[in-house]
Amino acid sequence: MTFGVVIFPGSNCDQDAIYTIASVLRCNVKTIWHQQSVLPELDAIILPGGFSYGDYLRPGAIASRSPIMKAIKSFAGQGGLVMGICNGFQVLIESQLLPGALLRNESTRFISRQVSLTIENNQTPFSHQFQPNQSITLPIAHKDGNYFAHPELIRQLEENHQIVLRYQNNPNGSTGNIAGICNPRGNVFGLMPHPERAFANWLGSSDGLIFFQSMLASMEAKS
Amino acid sequence: MIEVMIEILPKKDILDPQGKAVLLALKNLGFQNTSEVRMGKLIHLSLQTASEEQALEECKKMCEELLVNPLIEFYRMEIIRP
Repeated sequence: MTFGVVIFPGSNCDQDAIYTIASVLRCNVKTIWHQQSVLPELDAIILPGGFSYGDYLRPGAIASRSPIMKAIKSFAGQGGLVMGICNGFQVLIESQLLPGALLRNESTRFISRQVSLTIENNQTPFSHQFQPNQSITLPIAHKDGNYFAHPELIRQLEENHQIVLRYQNNPNGSTGNIAGICNPRGNVFGLMPHPERAFANWLGSSDGLIFFQSMLASMEAKS
Repeated sequence: MIEVMIEILPKKDILDPQGKAVLLALKNLGFQNTSEVRMGKLIHLSLQTASEEQALEECKKMCEELLVNPLIEFYRMEIIRP
């Protein structure tokens, strides 16, 4: 199985994602430059964390308009798995592959620490190896992770089981303690915490690896 | 050359923590009459269009496609005349 990791100018968690996929999960990984307009043969795509284009205009806004995003949209349209982590989540939101908005943290501060989360939906290709309502620990590191959605959208997200991950103690002001959501089809997933920084206990948690293992198992089941 | 100014502000129902922090600092300095601060962006563009209407029309498209997120922001445009 082959993962693609997209690199935008200012991405800075791409190597962490590549390490997790290649050295821990032991899968193939290809890097994809944002100016490419054609994707290589892939089974899944990771949009990594960082500060693409220095967060200019709005976090993720400029990256979401780069040439590679058209190809990623059609990949997602065909049911391909796409996971956006932190800035990658912001890019997915700005591309309208996921709904809502990510605002400045309520405290206006950059927050970098371990947080406790609950798996709200363990039926997605990204989360099916978790137990129902499993409590997990992942690091967060962001300034603009305050998920915003109007009550009507929250109702839709809940009805379609699109809320995958919630904070146990809301760190940033997110509506409904939301930390990660997927699209209605379940093949596009974005989250503010960093699963690629939590693949072994010596990192403080190995819970992040389960997202990658879930993806791998879904891809293998499909092929 | 036609110059356009686009002003972008967070919507009223959107929390503006930056504005709130500046309001607090202003109050600390003794500006007690200020009740709200909202902070946004100001973008100046120079366009080579045949008319001002065409410039504004193009800027409107830019706002819709990139510059403004209508879920959380609103904007207004103005031609800058020397």
